[in-house]
Amino acid sequence: MAATTGQQPDLREAKGWRRTKSRIATVAMVVAFVLVVIPLVFVLITVVARGIGIISWQFLTASIPPQVVPADIGGIGPAIVGTLEIVGLATLMAVPLGILGAIYLNEYGGKGVLGRLIGFMADVMTGVPSIVMGLFVFSIWVLHFGFSGLAGAIALGCLMLPVVIRSTDEMLKLVPNPLREGSYALGATKSRVTMTVVLPAAVGGIVSGALLAVARAAGETAPLLFTILTVTTVNRNVFSGPNTSIPSQIFANAISPYTGAQDRAWGAALTLIVIAFVLMIASRIVTARFTRYSR
Amino acid sequence: MSTVTQQAGPATPAGPARPLSGRRPLGDRTFQVITLAAGLLVLVILVLIAFSTTQQAAPWFKAEGWGIFGTTWNPATNQFGALAFIYGTAITGVIALIMAVPVSVAIALLLTEVVPYRWARPIVYVIDLLAVVPSVVWGLWGILVFAPWIAKIYAHIGSAVTGIPVLDSLFGPPTSGASFFTAGIILAFMITPIVTSLSREVIATVPAIDKEGAYALGATRLEMIQGAVWPHSKGGIVGAVLLGLGRAMGETIAVALVIGSSATITSHLFAPGDSMPAVIANQFGEASGVFRAALMGLGVLLFAFTIIVNVIARAAVGRSVEQGSA
Repeated sequence: MAATTGQQPDLREAKGWRRTKSRIATVAMVVAFVLVVIPLVFVLITVVARGIGIISWQFLTASIPPQVVPADIGGIGPAIVGTLEIVGLATLMAVPLGILGAIYLNEYGGKGVLGRLIGFMADVMTGVPSIVMGLFVFSIWVLHFGFSGLAGAIALGCLMLPVVIRSTDEMLKLVPNPLREGSYALGATKSRVTMTVVLPAAVGGIVSGALLAVARAAGETAPLLFTILTVTTVNRNVFSGPNTSIPSQIFANAISPYTGAQDRAWGAALTLIVIAFVLMIASRIVTARFTRYSR
Repeated sequence: MSTVTQQAGPATPAGPARPLSGRRPLGDRTFQVITLAAGLLVLVILVLIAFSTTQQAAPWFKAEGWGIFGTTWNPATNQFGALAFIYGTAITGVIALIMAVPVSVAIALLLTEVVPYRWARPIVYVIDLLAVVPSVVWGLWGILVFAPWIAKIYAHIGSAVTGIPVLDSLFGPPTSGASFFTAGIILAFMITPIVTSLSREVIATVPAIDKEGAYALGATRLEMIQGAVWPHSKGGIVGAVLLGLGRAMGETIAVALVIGSSATITSHLFAPGDSMPAVIANQFGEASGVFRAALMGLGVLLFAFTIIVNVIARAAVGRSVEQGSA
């Protein structure tokens, strides 16, 4: 790579129009990056500017008022409780199963036909639209057991599962084989080697990937629409009864004609983005401090 | 590194170690079965999705037959033709790709061929931030800030092209802030991170020797990209683009908020429309009977489309990356 940066004597004859064209292309690439930064900065500034005045301790804890009420009364307390319950439960389901699935792919069947099929379909499953996951859980769960936080958690868990499998699989691949061989030489069984040598060696990357999956799940609205049935009251029982979440409340308020409801939507949007950013930064810190093997 | 990972043989206890211990302990075998079950869960969920949603959608397929691709969607008269939504999904996806693909590929080239590594990381962070902004926040910003702003631009363009043959039917009035085009723009923002990161993965596998060879022949950077990078990675980039299309097709909440919710088929890109995921999100709550089955059926069609697109795309990306690293 270093040879291509042009540090050595310039023997090239590239001058005139050829060089100009190449320069134009380079400038176009930089412009493309700027084109992406503009909407990102625009969105973030808008959300912060319109949300920061709304957020207070009272906003984060108070109950959800009717949409006509102005923004200084009430808050999104039930939505925060709901998001914590549902995303927490989804994480408890998806992360262990995802890690186990990745162990199968990497330690047991990864090179066989079945292992390759599962790996490929996990990739494909990351592309299943979140609304389809909502319809799926509606037809297998909600129709039989009714709306509940659990139903929402199943839908989010299904979305997280392939993401966790893929990120964990990447991390397990980076664990050097001599570590495994050393433990086998001491007489350890395969499950013991996996649990006590391979997983601890990769734990930084696995946690980091799981945190990113949680950040994505916390922002999902579509799979919750028909599984938790957005309500405005606190439901501390995640296993039964309709529930609510931060993204669901934003969706409900975004189409409201009342400025109070819209203001609460901006406050909730800022809360959601802060949660996602905190998880993302946590993921980077874990990566930086606890990752032993990286690409 | 690569030579070490190749030696999978000695790491398998079922190999030479076996005669010593006779058979593996029960706990060890149980663990293997548990991990296999977790892996199979992926296949089970995919099959269950296809099966359960199709079952729920059966009344619609039975009632309408090929009429599911009809043009009229009117719950009041029990007419459920889905063509307007399929059209909306396709047109917004195409608009998003036209805008996102050149930008994404350009950024991928910037990251791999132009900037040094220590600059590439912050750029990747910024692109990843785009992916962290939740769909519903894009929708909220889209409908309350972006759509009212861009509506004025649409109105100017609309009045400017009135009377010009093709442009009039594409960009002419009626114009509205909540429209196919607005949805397409928001989708472009949302799919840029995934198309960029996959294109980058594909381009990174172009052998350094090809690139150095091109430079050694006196090529400029652009000529090197055209001659060495592009032939090697075009298959994989097509896969990345298809994955972006899959994302755009399935994106729900942002589109539901900004597309305008009107089941119409029109060539006017600045007019309100609707898409498959958006109509499911907006109407499922009050639906029952054949109406609900029809929305469930839209989900089945959407699932089928995205699975097909994703299988082709993953195969293309996978082949390209494997070829490069081999």
